[in-house]
Amino acid sequence: MPGIRAGLLVSIVVVAGAWMGSAGADTTTTAQGLAAWEQVYSVLTHPRCINCHTATNYPQQGDDRRRHVANVVRGPEGKGVPGLNCAGCHQETNADSTGVPGGHNWHLAPLSMRWQDTNDRALSSAEVCRAVTDRSKNHNLDGPGLLKHHEEEALVKWAWDPGRRPDGSTRTLPPLTHEQFVAATRRWVEADTPCPTR
Amino acid sequence: MATYQLNVNGERREVTVDPSTPLLWVLREDLKMTGTKFGCGISACGACTVHVGGVATRSCVVPISHVGDRPIVTIEAMAADPVGRAVQNAWVEEDVVQCGYCQSGQIMAAVALLKHTPRPTEQNIEESMGGNLCRCGTYPRIRAAIKTAATQLTKGGA
Amino acid sequence: MVAPAIDRRGFLRVSFAAASGLLISLYLHPDALGQEAPMPQQQAKVYPPDAFVNIRPDGKIVIQVNRLEFGQGVQTALPMVLADEMDADWANVIGELAPAADVYKDPLFGIQIVGGSGSIAHSFTQYRELGAKTRAMLIAAAADRWNTTPDKCRTEASVVHGPNGKSATYAELAADAARKPVPAKVNLKSATEFKLVGKRVKRLDSRPKCNGSLKFGLDLDLPGMKVAVVAHPPVFGGRVKRIVDDEARRVEGVRDIFEIPLAKGTGVAVVADKFWPAKQARSRLKIDWDLTGVEQPDSSELWTRYRQLGNTAGLVAVNRGAANAFDKIAAGDRIVAEYEFPFLAHTPMEPLNTTVRFDGDRGEAWAGSQFQTVDQIAVAEVLGLKPQQVTFHTEMAGGGFGRRAVTDSHIQREAAVIAKRMRGTPVKLIWTREDDVQGGYYRPMHYHRVEVGIGPDGLPAAWRHVVVGQSLLMGTPFESFAVKNGIDETAIEGTSDTHYNIPNMHLSVHHPKVNVPVLWWRSVGHTHNAFVMETLIDELATRARMDPIAYRRKLLKPDAKKLLQPLDLLDKATSGWRNKLPRGHALGVSCHESFGTGVACAVDVSIDNKRPRIHRATIAVDCGIAVNPLSVESQFQAGIGFGLTQLVPKGAITLKNGMVEQRNFDSYAPPYIIDTPMTVDVHIVPSSEAPTGCGEPPVPVISPAVVNALARLTGKRYRTLPLLNV
Repeated sequence: MPGIRAGLLVSIVVVAGAWMGSAGADTTTTAQGLAAWEQVYSVLTHPRCINCHTATNYPQQGDDRRRHVANVVRGPEGKGVPGLNCAGCHQETNADSTGVPGGHNWHLAPLSMRWQDTNDRALSSAEVCRAVTDRSKNHNLDGPGLLKHHEEEALVKWAWDPGRRPDGSTRTLPPLTHEQFVAATRRWVEADTPCPTR
Repeated sequence: MATYQLNVNGERREVTVDPSTPLLWVLREDLKMTGTKFGCGISACGACTVHVGGVATRSCVVPISHVGDRPIVTIEAMAADPVGRAVQNAWVEEDVVQCGYCQSGQIMAAVALLKHTPRPTEQNIEESMGGNLCRCGTYPRIRAAIKTAATQLTKGGA
Repeated sequence: MVAPAIDRRGFLRVSFAAASGLLISLYLHPDALGQEAPMPQQQAKVYPPDAFVNIRPDGKIVIQVNRLEFGQGVQTALPMVLADEMDADWANVIGELAPAADVYKDPLFGIQIVGGSGSIAHSFTQYRELGAKTRAMLIAAAADRWNTTPDKCRTEASVVHGPNGKSATYAELAADAARKPVPAKVNLKSATEFKLVGKRVKRLDSRPKCNGSLKFGLDLDLPGMKVAVVAHPPVFGGRVKRIVDDEARRVEGVRDIFEIPLAKGTGVAVVADKFWPAKQARSRLKIDWDLTGVEQPDSSELWTRYRQLGNTAGLVAVNRGAANAFDKIAAGDRIVAEYEFPFLAHTPMEPLNTTVRFDGDRGEAWAGSQFQTVDQIAVAEVLGLKPQQVTFHTEMAGGGFGRRAVTDSHIQREAAVIAKRMRGTPVKLIWTREDDVQGGYYRPMHYHRVEVGIGPDGLPAAWRHVVVGQSLLMGTPFESFAVKNGIDETAIEGTSDTHYNIPNMHLSVHHPKVNVPVLWWRSVGHTHNAFVMETLIDELATRARMDPIAYRRKLLKPDAKKLLQPLDLLDKATSGWRNKLPRGHALGVSCHESFGTGVACAVDVSIDNKRPRIHRATIAVDCGIAVNPLSVESQFQAGIGFGLTQLVPKGAITLKNGMVEQRNFDSYAPPYIIDTPMTVDVHIVPSSEAPTGCGEPPVPVISPAVVNALARLTGKRYRTLPLLNV
């Protein structure tokens, strides 16, 4: 009967479509996912982000990524130490009149999420990708979890509203807008978060 | 200009100032509390250290508009605080000060350390005191005084 | 401007040419006007006790200190000296900082000053005599009262005891004592009679400095007071061409904005009700600067110029021994060493400030000044008054290190200019930290080129040394104090007067003129000369395979007592650790005499995170009588921390295209706790000789000692400061 045959054909097409989707559909191939990752990587290694993803016991500051002033240190939870707490200077929002950036719960990313080596050099795209996708290191975030982190986390969004320096100039922004960053993350997640091999 | 209700050393204080004014200058010039010092204005030296909401804070970079109703505690209140008093006594006992200009901030940082870590190691001391500048160089005696205060506090209680 | 003669025998005639060309002269004594000043010992200076000691009815004894207290402890030490001879009850002694007045001048320098590590050295006997005279007058009053003789009275803890159990407190006797004649001569205590001098006495100012109650100059608050900040030209000597201030004037609380003359060039003053509006307004000023004809110094250009100069002999300061001493020395036995020292800023913790009020026929100034006489004259000159018409208060100061003794009184003048315009209103001028870091008056940059020829015994057989650096005192009223035949002694002290036995030595100097204001920085020429000497000597010791202490002992002249004794003491004091250092640690040794005090230093250093980590420092010092050994210990423990400013990676002021590149403690970062020794033990050579200073002597020894340790760890030579790569 023609209706049943049509329905069966549709089912086969739908199933085929679904199968192809889970292996990388036309809109998000692995190659496209890798390209999207490079865009994500360009943001992660921008000073507004990487300055708090250090491999050492100190944060960095500035576009020149120098060691942070006043010998502030990581502390056991990445929030500094009792006499020198991150939140002691970095308030809930930027303090433009004094040139100190601020955001909710200002702290260092854990060492497991370091994106540079102990000589303060940015890690390679492959190394950063591996770290970011390692669920034993990234607070157990899966793809959608990473996307949500990039989209909603206050300290991530801060990078696009980083406030003014003491001299009144605005801090430089990452190479993509936040929307572009989220979109690139989405494409990368849809491609099943592929990482470059080298 | 805006009016702020502040909680300073347990007292309600009201000031009307430009919202961008750092807490340091509100304390010093509007409330006439000059114990908290101006050293650099960019949080690099710690002379301006106070406690805000229990956290050691560099008041030169915190605009008054960012403080809210969090309690502010300054050096002027340390004599009435058990840890503050122990630290001040240790400072005097160990003859720490030279010019003394940085010492309000040093003491506020040390109090924050000892309230959190009653038995600090050498590393704890170096890390918590690591951002407080002293041009005279009284650091060795600061180390000794913190240890003395810690001993006094853990020995005799308050 | 005529540079006046400064009498080398201790009396000082100082002349200052005002901008208008008016010469104002200051004389130590009216009697000395136009006369050849006699030797200080031949004419006793008059120090009336009542200008120094005030016995209050409540028993408190207030002693005027003729010095600025800026951390060195003089506000405790000089009162100790006086109180000891006076037999005052120490628990009731208060030290106050004297205002500017003739009677408070340094007996040797002839002006009111803190500098040259001279506070105790120059005022020890003076304050002893003051105390003894006061005591004599109290006894005389008591003896009168009891109809007895002074020899039957004794004193103790602010009480005079007479025969038959009679006694009276100093407070009770004070009024009568004040009417007694001041004795011309008094007997001073013998060392065994001291109750305070030589004892570890805690500072009088500790508690108020620990509870926020002590007021520094910056804390001053006067009724109706305004606050001023000044926009300075980006290049020293620049002038204001155009000011656009409409945005600045819109800041609430701003009172006035106007151009003012500076020591060099012009700037723009902003006066407001409080500091924050003044600072906000200044940042909104748009100023066009005129830099025509203004030299724009550049550090890399200066280094090129200095190196060229250093390769030629300059004005000869020392030339002894055989001119051809080098001829006999083979190339393999020569060391050629070039050293580079950058500009250094003092950056005392308290930002510089002065408050002035002008009332038409009088003026009042408040400043933590190391140079009250000079500053009082400057303020008076600006206000169009005589110095006596200006009351000049000495405020407690948050550090100084030389920065508060400036021959042109530039900050005091800035404040006075502004106060003059705001007549009747006290104006507090504040220099922000940026103003301070960029404002000049640095320890000058220096280049040294040294050629050493090593003799067969491993000791230096020939020494040829060229120093290049700006003169501190040329062109100032103090020029003749230190400049002879075109050579500024302050540039070569530590080398020219070395106590090492170097029989064949040639030392010459170049003093380039550079558009950067320069100033003495705690221990002055010793900062770089001691570094050169002590690192080279150490290198020679290593080459000779000798212990660094033994080598120095061998090379020092036999009469270098103030170095030999500390070396011996250092040897003993380090015997427990210096040959037992763990792996990765090394010993560094140095010794140096400055301002009459000899110091030997040993450090235990490792390298931690690419920085030197100083685990321990041991210091041995000969400063004559240690008036307050606790204070001496503090000065050395802390002073070496100051000295390490020379080594920390951001311890340099550099200029590019005429502008200072650093701006605050982020880019010019002095030593923090981690940069300084974890523990310092200080050992004082027992002595009954006259006390010599401890303010500056700690500074020269520490940097070479640390670098000598590093050299042992890495095999590298560190001759360019600050240390960037260890």
